[in-house]
Amino acid sequence: MLAIHRKLIRDLLQMKGQAVAIAAVIGCGLAVFIGARNTLESLSKARDSYYDRYRFADVFGSLKRAPVSLAERIAALPGVAAMEHRVVEGVTLDLPGLDEPAVGKMVSLPDREDPILNNVHLLEGRFPEAERSGEILAEEAFMKANRFEPGDKIRAVLNGRLHTLTIVGIGLSPEYITTIQPGSLFPDDRRFGVFWMRRNQIETVFEMEGAFNDLTLSLMPGANEKEVIRRLDLLLENYGGLGASGRDQHLSHRFISDELQQLKTMSIIPPSIFLGVAAFLLNVSLRRILSLQREQIAALKAFGYGNRDVGLHYLQMVGAIITGGVLCGWIIGTWMGKSMTGMYAGFYRFPDTTFRPEFSVYLSGAALSYFVGIVGVAAGVMQAVSIPPAEAMRPEPPPTYRPSLIERLGWHRWLSQAPRMILRELTRRPMKAALTTLGIAFACAILIVGNFGKDAIDYLIDFQFGLQQRQDATITFHEAVPESAIGSLGAIPGVVRIETFRSIPVRLRHGSLSHQTAITGLDDGRDLNRLIDASEKVFDLPARGLVISSQLAKMLDLNRGDSVQIEGLDGERLVLETVINALVDDFSGTSAWMRRDELHRLLGEGPVISGAYLKFDPAREGAAYRALKEAPAIAAVNLQKIAMQSFVENFAENILRMRMINILFASVIAVGVVYNSARVSLSERSRELATLRVIGFTRAEVSRILLGELALLTAISIPVGFLIGSGLCRFISKALETELYRIPFVLNPSTYAVAALVIVLAAVFSSLIVRRGVDHLDMIAVLKSRE
Amino acid sequence: MTSPPPPIVFETRGVTKIYPMGEVTVQALRGVDIQFLEGELVVLLGRSGSGKSTLLNILGGLDVPSSGEVIYRGQQMADFSENELTQYRRNHVGFVFQFYNLIPSLTARENVALVTEISRNPMKPEEALELVGLGGRFDHFPSQMSGGEQQRVAIARAIAKRPDVLLCDEPTGALDINTGVKVLEALHSVNREFGTTTAVITHNAAISDMAHRVITLSDGNIESVRFNEVRRSASELVW
Repeated sequence: MLAIHRKLIRDLLQMKGQAVAIAAVIGCGLAVFIGARNTLESLSKARDSYYDRYRFADVFGSLKRAPVSLAERIAALPGVAAMEHRVVEGVTLDLPGLDEPAVGKMVSLPDREDPILNNVHLLEGRFPEAERSGEILAEEAFMKANRFEPGDKIRAVLNGRLHTLTIVGIGLSPEYITTIQPGSLFPDDRRFGVFWMRRNQIETVFEMEGAFNDLTLSLMPGANEKEVIRRLDLLLENYGGLGASGRDQHLSHRFISDELQQLKTMSIIPPSIFLGVAAFLLNVSLRRILSLQREQIAALKAFGYGNRDVGLHYLQMVGAIITGGVLCGWIIGTWMGKSMTGMYAGFYRFPDTTFRPEFSVYLSGAALSYFVGIVGVAAGVMQAVSIPPAEAMRPEPPPTYRPSLIERLGWHRWLSQAPRMILRELTRRPMKAALTTLGIAFACAILIVGNFGKDAIDYLIDFQFGLQQRQDATITFHEAVPESAIGSLGAIPGVVRIETFRSIPVRLRHGSLSHQTAITGLDDGRDLNRLIDASEKVFDLPARGLVISSQLAKMLDLNRGDSVQIEGLDGERLVLETVINALVDDFSGTSAWMRRDELHRLLGEGPVISGAYLKFDPAREGAAYRALKEAPAIAAVNLQKIAMQSFVENFAENILRMRMINILFASVIAVGVVYNSARVSLSERSRELATLRVIGFTRAEVSRILLGELALLTAISIPVGFLIGSGLCRFISKALETELYRIPFVLNPSTYAVAALVIVLAAVFSSLIVRRGVDHLDMIAVLKSRE
Repeated sequence: MTSPPPPIVFETRGVTKIYPMGEVTVQALRGVDIQFLEGELVVLLGRSGSGKSTLLNILGGLDVPSSGEVIYRGQQMADFSENELTQYRRNHVGFVFQFYNLIPSLTARENVALVTEISRNPMKPEEALELVGLGGRFDHFPSQMSGGEQQRVAIARAIAKRPDVLLCDEPTGALDINTGVKVLEALHSVNREFGTTTAVITHNAAISDMAHRVITLSDGNIESVRFNEVRRSASELVW
């Protein structure tokens, strides 16, 4: 080993505390990058190959009923590559051990062959046989959540009649990577399932012989999707078409696309923060070493080492620290990626969700770390090695100080010498002070972001279920029924309040923009399903016109007072005009509301209802559920309690895990920054501090001067961190905004308090380590030597 | 007509100091017995490694002897706790170092105030600076002053607390003759006007002419002690 390499190793050992702290910061940043990127790659590859192998369709449409002969005309539409027509029906399930009714979606499979599009992957058991009635294939999530095995039987209401079905196999489909009941925000696999039945069996049960009510298309490369949808809608107009849509409106596809987008954001923002902080720490630490080794550099150069050799020597030192961080990041990142992929595998079901680490991810992560680190120190190294040896042999000129701003303002009378020293030290190198503050502030911000998820979701639950939707259940009929049906609902035991609604699927059009949604007609004097905006204001529906959610207004570029075209997608396909009367700033969906009587007037129909919101007497809930399970006219039941439970179950665990990781990572940054700054200050000022000890300052007094600077910076960094943190949260709440839901920007005071507390603890912890250095200051040695 | 002898400030009895230096040990002091009297100006002469700085550090409470006794005004310094040593340095000892050791972020006045703020009966910082002839440079930072001026700030800082003893380790070591003389003049006048017991370490024999007593150390032992019948003032010194 060359002598200069021995020097490298010994120098590194000398600064091992700082080296470890900086490597840890790099490691954390790289771990997030590697974890998120690898998960992103694994998931998007799994999705793409799944879509490809199982021929996921491009366009989806449903309708009331059309003869199979129509299919040929659809297949002949320009741009259509393949077409699959099917029968899809809703079913109500009576599951053992479940008081409340569960629902499902029954999808037809061709009698003999595989579907042309949206093929089903058989996981276990076998496909149903066309000749045997009552055989079904069930989607994996439902089977797992209910602990069913192939061979088990379930009771279900199909087309108003109770059937006993036999589950013969477990399947997966690219159409249902995640299964969400229409009207719910989140998956609830216990109470919602997707099933497949052979075509002739489903036709018999639902009286759909020779007909279909659902179709999917794949498009030729370069086909104009909008145009295909327009023509398809025209063809289906007379058959009760409900409006076709592309993949962008497909619930499962959208869910997973949103998730991939979030992973992408995650792979960019946190690693940037970590690497930025690491570059700063490397810069500060290396500058100190260069200044301490000024004479050594001169000596090396005097012996004949060139600028390049010396520069390389110090870059190797930085390189060694980064390498430590990179190795940590690779290992932790791989572990994170594995566990994230595993977590997603629970949410999203692919035939194959193996974690596939990508070599290029590791390589680019490492390259990025080295690049950022070297850029952070390059200027300092160049400056230090280019000093002529003779000049470097002389001690550095004494640092120049001047009175700080506060003193120049005339407030110095109130300052004793110690605070003056602190203030002037900060004034002399404002950049270093600013970056130190910023580093700690980012740690604080990360903590705030870490808790933001919980605050937002707590608020969302409270808003959604406490203020807005206060019903216990929402029931939907197969089709609109006369208002008098309220009577039969009232007969359900335990029902204490009923509010009815009329809902029709529509396409809203404004200029060239359009969006599919539903208009819900509501009565006055509601107490269960209320219209509430983000400022918790309760809206009354105006007598005329439409009220829409702000998200929808944004998508259609609509403002209050604008006129909007309503295209009914149900039955007669009316085209009407109405005015936007108000916007509601809410958190989920892209909804539209108007008064029920106004909706009837527009549709030219009598007083009919599509469903009702129900409130139960808590003591008789069970009885109410049992009655609902057997009511044949009811197509779907959405239960608030269950929705809330699944919401919490889905998110609580992940949020907790993210919080722990965030606290850990933020502490690494905070300790890294405070510890490094304190070490560097101790080294830079050891002579000064030893002098103070000699002239009679106690250890505590000297420590106060050294750590006072950091305490001041930490104190400033906390409010700055609050600002950055809340800014980041606001950004995140905007960035994660999807059609399905918006994340409210809510931060509880406790979130700020916890962030500040963790930062203070991290600072105190680092200070205590450095404080030991003050206790061991060598007064004699320091005084005998010149700086 | 002899006045009573001045009281003893320091007394050392059989003081030794052994430093471990890696695998070997270095014996810096080999049994030193000496007394310092009140108001005395003593010059400690010796080559480097003779033990003079070690002795000064032990007297100043910066170091402890390996064996032997050090008595300060009748008190055994070995009995001082860490905190008592700090208090001792704070209230009784003034230090002056070869490399000044000023706080670069504080002005001349503030460097002195650093000490006056924590001691019991200090003079005003300005007064101390006037004494060393720096009346016009109160608000200068160390980087704005010459070496001699910086050393005189260091002396002002050392005397501002009205110490019992002033311990100076090579105070002119980093200075040329002209500035060195100014610094020695300052030390001389402090000793004369306040009667502060002053010990000056130097390897510059010329300085010894201004002392009451000259102690020469060699290899950890006292080699010789000489009384100056006639003292020269600092301005008369030549080297």
